[in-house]
Amino acid sequence: MSNYEAVIGLEVHVELKTNSKMFTRAANAYGMPVNTLTNPVVLALPGALPVMNREAIEKCVKVGLIFGCQIAEVCKWDRKNYFYPDLPKAYQISQYDKPLCLGGGVEIEMPGPARNIQGAHRVVALTRIHLEEDVGKSTHIGAESLIDFNRAGVPLIEIVSEPDMHSPEEAFAYLTALRMHLLYAGISDCDMEKGQLRCDANISVRPVGETKLGTKVELKNLNSITGVKNGLEYEIKRQIQAKERGESIPQETRRWDASKGVTFSMRSKEQAHDYRYFPDPDLMPVRIPAEVKNRLATQIPEMPWKKQERYQKELGLPYTQTAVLVPDQELCAYFEKAVAVYPKNPKGIGNFVANDLLRERSAGVSDGMILLSEVKITPEAIADLVKIIDVGAVSSQNAKAVFTEMFQTGASPASIIEARGFKVSTDTGAVEKLVRESIEKNPEAVAQYKAGKQGAINVMKGYVMKQSKGSASPAVIDELLKKLLS
Amino acid sequence: MELLYATVSELSEMLSSKKITSVELMKAYLNRIKTVDPKVEAFLSYNEADALAQAKASDERRASGKTLGPLDGIPVGIKDVIAVKDQSLTCASKILEPYVSPYDATVIARLRAQGAIIFGRLNMDEFAMGSSTENSVFKVTKNPWDVSRIPGGSSGGSAAALAAGELPLALGSDTGGSIRQPAALCGVVGLKPTYGLVSRYGLAAYASSLDQIGPFGRTVEDVAILLQTLAGHDSEYDSTSYPAKIPDYRASLKNRGPFKLGVPREYFGEGLDPEVKTGVMAAIDFYKKQGHEICEVSLPHTGLAIPVYYIIATAEASSNLARYDGVRYGHRSEKATDALDLYYKTRAEGFGAEVKRRIILGTYVLSSGYYDAYYLKAQKVRTLIRNDFMDAFRKVDAIIGPTSPTAAFKVGEKTDDPISMYLADIYTICVNLAGLPGISIPCGFTKSNLPVGLQLIGQPYQEDRLLAIANKFDEAHKFGLKQPTL
Repeated sequence: MSNYEAVIGLEVHVELKTNSKMFTRAANAYGMPVNTLTNPVVLALPGALPVMNREAIEKCVKVGLIFGCQIAEVCKWDRKNYFYPDLPKAYQISQYDKPLCLGGGVEIEMPGPARNIQGAHRVVALTRIHLEEDVGKSTHIGAESLIDFNRAGVPLIEIVSEPDMHSPEEAFAYLTALRMHLLYAGISDCDMEKGQLRCDANISVRPVGETKLGTKVELKNLNSITGVKNGLEYEIKRQIQAKERGESIPQETRRWDASKGVTFSMRSKEQAHDYRYFPDPDLMPVRIPAEVKNRLATQIPEMPWKKQERYQKELGLPYTQTAVLVPDQELCAYFEKAVAVYPKNPKGIGNFVANDLLRERSAGVSDGMILLSEVKITPEAIADLVKIIDVGAVSSQNAKAVFTEMFQTGASPASIIEARGFKVSTDTGAVEKLVRESIEKNPEAVAQYKAGKQGAINVMKGYVMKQSKGSASPAVIDELLKKLLS
Repeated sequence: MELLYATVSELSEMLSSKKITSVELMKAYLNRIKTVDPKVEAFLSYNEADALAQAKASDERRASGKTLGPLDGIPVGIKDVIAVKDQSLTCASKILEPYVSPYDATVIARLRAQGAIIFGRLNMDEFAMGSSTENSVFKVTKNPWDVSRIPGGSSGGSAAALAAGELPLALGSDTGGSIRQPAALCGVVGLKPTYGLVSRYGLAAYASSLDQIGPFGRTVEDVAILLQTLAGHDSEYDSTSYPAKIPDYRASLKNRGPFKLGVPREYFGEGLDPEVKTGVMAAIDFYKKQGHEICEVSLPHTGLAIPVYYIIATAEASSNLARYDGVRYGHRSEKATDALDLYYKTRAEGFGAEVKRRIILGTYVLSSGYYDAYYLKAQKVRTLIRNDFMDAFRKVDAIIGPTSPTAAFKVGEKTDDPISMYLADIYTICVNLAGLPGISIPCGFTKSNLPVGLQLIGQPYQEDRLLAIANKFDEAHKFGLKQPTL
């Protein structure tokens, strides 16, 4: 196996989140009753004509700007002709020789050697990104086929990578990064289960050291990110085994069957379609002026890797925290709101947001977690809590319990601390009294400590904590004990 | 008879002075249709009750002083290629025989807004492919001047209905001469507007880059009145619609010139019937005598127009007609065994011979490996053809010549010879390829009393000037008001 390397290129289709469809005002929405998002254009009735959706073009340009592509000056349309029942016009309006975006790349993060160690970053080169329209959805029931045209005509971008990846892990990292960037910029909801992000792969294998590409196989029906990983793993193994047996790999399109865990041939190169591309005479080319590109560029928010770098370098967050925060833009915004209220300890805030909050949101929920928008704790309250901890007014132990209650009730940290008597006593006299009492009542532990058993101090410490109901600062107890026992 | 052959302004006057009601007018046409249409066969269908209801509504508007415009209460016949809500839209094809349009074409909506009575489905060549209306799958329309002859095509029903006094106005569509050639052969006026002046939304597409809807009338003034309602930007539904400034076409008829008219030497060569030539030369002479300047011009690429047209038009048609697949609407084969077979059988049963011929030709020229040699080259020649006209327009206001090389030929005379049929459009096709406005006006009769058409070709979006020039001849002769014996 190690004598061969895989070469992988991905073609990712992403449905754009727009109000209306690509070439008509019919609504673009998911989960509506079948065949309700239609009109003469969607159904390709005689006489219907396409009219471009500006929002979709702008979103595609934004994607190009995000990935550093060269943006075409003119947006031109072509017809891709083929017959299929879910394709109402029997052609798809797409972009053939002049895609909206050329070149560019997607920065990916590989898994690190351990969970808390950041993996290497690299850029996967892109070939092109073009805009087109989605097809309807066929459902086959026995000999019958049913078609829902709600999806037909939804704006779709196709992001084509160079054959620039070499392992299923890399492909996985690529899709993860791609998805994260598109979510950040509000391009798409990227839900693979809803078909909003779909992936085809081109795979070939070659002996290590060889620079020429092997014969590629196109792999379809990779319907989830794990499907991509599993499908690629299987296909790479299949191709390498074939090569090792001395067989050649025919150029073909194969389909991944997730339930059987195998790929099987759909069609050979000879059976490939002749799409008879030609410029769509129903649509005029549209110029995209520099001012428009500049305006769109200003609408792109901070992208994930920039955020990750800023969190680490400027806010001093550890990688483990950024690994939780960065993929979730909403959570980042929440975190940053808290930091804005109390900028002195981003790491402390990060700890609550990346760990405790996530834990509480998942607790008691069988599937997924409570939505951030439904969470009762405000970022301001988290900031307050961290601030209270930092001034030593609550022990970090009690702080966890305070947080849980904040999550459950939405009450302020101060009121919870007050109500539960967690307030750390600032009266050192009272603490000292308890410390002296503790020394008196624990002669054995005192003897052990004096004999050099450092751990014995915890017995006395525990006594003070118990008696003070946690309101005494552990640091203060520690200090007093050491002073009085020395 | 005076009523049936009255001009639109006469009808409008009669209606507004209450000499007649719209219901009476509609009844007069319905009687005429019942008398002569069994011979002419211009109509594929019409809805008497619906027409009378529209007429009644118009009369009620008039009675309450809410008349909408000069077309209020006047019937306009519709070629069966333009979508009218709740009416059949067959394109004279078996494949759309069961189809009823759920929406109005933009031109229909505009006519309704003016109060016009939308009336009848007029016969045509199947999918507007043909020059004789013999390609209709339902019936062969006859030329009212000699019912053993064809009315021209593809808008043969529209032209014949006007010549037969069955209607005062009609809509046609013109892809390579389909308004002008039947207008010439039936002795009425037909205008193909500049590409982009009239919305194509709701016009079942034949060749998208060439198709235009246009008006038929018996006089140039009638055509100007109808064009006023049709013309205008349709930003919502047609991307190829142009935001041109729309002048008052009827008022512009007063423009007395003098005009400079160019006679293209290429339009008077081999194939031009001597009697047609005589009629056209006499009309040119009339203009000269009226003080307009006549000069010779050259359109050197005229000879390439027919091959270029049959590459571009068929390529677009092969894609435009692919939607007729039996999946969503229209004819569906009962004999199909699976999805692919459904396509084969539905289309084999549903399309006529000429449509199949053009689909096959168009599919071929777009095929991989042939695209550059045919389609791309044809597009380049198309630019040369347009340049020919633009060069000529540096010297002249309009081009003058024959509409059709011959007068109406016998039914069946050319059905077995598609090439000779294609040559019937030799003078009109260039105008579509160049996107220009062209008008055919009747300029006399042959010895056997068949109408001869004069074609005037104008500059883009200068229909006002073109109509003014055409009107100089038409107001002096009014050949369109002559009545055939039926």
